[in-house]
Amino acid sequence: MTDATLSGPTRREVDRIQDSYMAQVRRRRMYGGLTLAIFVLLMVSGFVVADDRNAGGFWDGWRQMLDFPADVVSEAWEKRANLPGLLVRYFPALMETINIAAVSTLIGAMVGLILSLLSTRGLARWPRLITVFRRFMDILRAVPEIVIALVLIFILGGGPVPAMIAIALHTAGALGKLYSEVAENADLKPVEGLASTGANWTQRMWLGVLPQVAPNFLSYTLLRFEINIRASAILGFVGAGGLGFELRNAMAWGPGRFDEAAAIFVLLFGAIVFFDQISSRYRNKLTEGQ
Amino acid sequence: MTDATASLGSAKTSADALFQRKRLTAFAVPAVIIAYLAYIAIAFDVVGLAQRASGENAVILASDSWSYKTHVTRDNRRGGTTYAIEGERKGAYEDGTRPAWVSGDEDSELVIDLEDGHVVRFLPDNAVAYDVPGFGTIEAQLVDGSLNTNLSDPVPDWINLSDQRMTVTTDAGRLTMTRTRTEVFRYFPGWELFWFTLDSPYHNRSFTEIALGDRIDPDRPNISGAMSDFWNNGMWRHKDVAWAIGETILMAFLGTFGAAMIALPLAFVAAKRFSPFGALRFGMRRIFDFVRGVDALIWTVVLARAFGPGPMTGALAILITDSGTFGKIFSEALENVDEKQIEGVASTGAKPLQRYRFGVIPQIVPILLSQILYFLESNTRSATIIGAITGGGIGLMLTQAIQTQKDWEEVAYYIVLIVVMVMAMDSFSGWLRGKLIGRKD
Repeated sequence: MTDATLSGPTRREVDRIQDSYMAQVRRRRMYGGLTLAIFVLLMVSGFVVADDRNAGGFWDGWRQMLDFPADVVSEAWEKRANLPGLLVRYFPALMETINIAAVSTLIGAMVGLILSLLSTRGLARWPRLITVFRRFMDILRAVPEIVIALVLIFILGGGPVPAMIAIALHTAGALGKLYSEVAENADLKPVEGLASTGANWTQRMWLGVLPQVAPNFLSYTLLRFEINIRASAILGFVGAGGLGFELRNAMAWGPGRFDEAAAIFVLLFGAIVFFDQISSRYRNKLTEGQ
Repeated sequence: MTDATASLGSAKTSADALFQRKRLTAFAVPAVIIAYLAYIAIAFDVVGLAQRASGENAVILASDSWSYKTHVTRDNRRGGTTYAIEGERKGAYEDGTRPAWVSGDEDSELVIDLEDGHVVRFLPDNAVAYDVPGFGTIEAQLVDGSLNTNLSDPVPDWINLSDQRMTVTTDAGRLTMTRTRTEVFRYFPGWELFWFTLDSPYHNRSFTEIALGDRIDPDRPNISGAMSDFWNNGMWRHKDVAWAIGETILMAFLGTFGAAMIALPLAFVAAKRFSPFGALRFGMRRIFDFVRGVDALIWTVVLARAFGPGPMTGALAILITDSGTFGKIFSEALENVDEKQIEGVASTGAKPLQRYRFGVIPQIVPILLSQILYFLESNTRSATIIGAITGGGIGLMLTQAIQTQKDWEEVAYYIVLIVVMVMAMDSFSGWLRGKLIGRKD
């Protein structure tokens, strides 16, 4: 009885479905394999090209990789008595690096806040200009910090201010985009309530939107602060002051001042880990209730 | 009755205290921010910086980035006049040729027309005359190594004068005279010689002339000859620029995907659900933290010592830093996978490896891919910066162009290219993300 249902036309139907399913699976596997092959090809040829255009080869360099850290560590160990003094000496430079990061995060967050509210659907002051503000943020984000920093160093001279402006501009673009994504999900009822009492745009944003989004905004800002500490150390290396600048000077000297390089490494590493821990703790706290 | 009053009273005091506190923070937070900014303004010496800021440099930057100048230079010791765009050898006019706005004879009187009535004349015996409309004629001559002029004190502020040197800067151009040479700059808008240098037969030909006209260089077909002359343009170095952009993208590509490939298996070790050994997990996490904490700057410096400048160093610096970041993100994603799908796969009799392949990977792939593609875009920017430090890619060309402080049109060109490159990578990674895991926005 049950056999009868599977015989004849139905049987063939099942076979047909199975065949087409197997064909589909094979096709998918082939596409997957093809993608993988292209990816592997790109990786391998990219590696070969990069190795070819590099001054030192990959395979030679690999063996020397630990030479420099070993030199630094051994020299720092020999002069270990100097280390506390050096740490104290470079502490102001560390403070400068952190200050650059902090102040640029602060300014960037304030500018990004305004830009984000102006470019969020439903909240924008001038809805027609949303696209303009979005493109503006895209451009702020696309320009690498080093470009702005180098141009400003030419005009303003070396020091922390060019780095600060460069990082602040980039931060404004990056945070503006993240803020705007958060603000898009904000509840509009408080805004409408405030509007009914005759509140102007600033009051609606300040009292209706900000209290809703503040935890997320703060969490993104803290994350950005971590990133900006790294960025400000790197910009120091191209002449914008702070720890990076001291590191370049110590490195340019070569052996003999590696103890200074070691002290700077320790300070930078410590600062990054310290602020990472603090900010991740606070970020967890801020987003806990959600 | 009294109870209710008492509780009302206490509620009121606590509400008052709350408002008091809120009012205080409403004022304290802006006050702290302003105090901090004031401290920064003093610590960074913003006032001193405003005084030291070079307005002149800003003007040079703003005008040079969209214009170029042609130099007419007379050697005051040996005689003879040369003409060169931007004063570079690559832009020099060949012997016997010169710009159309120069007339007269080098030995008697050479007339350089700067337009709008500004005319400079190179006269014999190292003398020069410059007619400035509305001011008069400035005459100057070198006599026994010192500079004599008809200018009397006080000279206007657009003339810089000493007994060794005279510089006259007007809207039309600039005249510089020293003991060794007399030089006139005439400015033109645009990026000159962007397509072809003066020694190329295709210079100053229109596009249609090259594409459709008669053969210009008898040895080569027009199109391929023009392509090769453009590609090997010595002034704008299109070939090197294209390689530099390629190197920068290559650094980002190799670094990001290499890091992802290294981090994925390690993330399984660091994830609580897949790694039974607490000590191993803890160790792996500390390694991720360490690698992330050392930061790209230090990795770049260390690697540059071992591998020398170039794209491989940059790629490895990105790879090592991002392995730590990816390890952290991936292991967090792995801890949040849904157990049910793994159980479902296990119920069919799948072995552990198959359980991972069909129960875990499909769940985390969208998260991983979107993170990797986001990093690919952001690493294009990092690669520009790392290139400036290690010496590779477009970052190096930009820093070199800025440090020489004269080719601002090249700086502007590189900046435009970098921004276009980053935006292109941004939309490419967005497009790929849409293709692979479906569009989110």
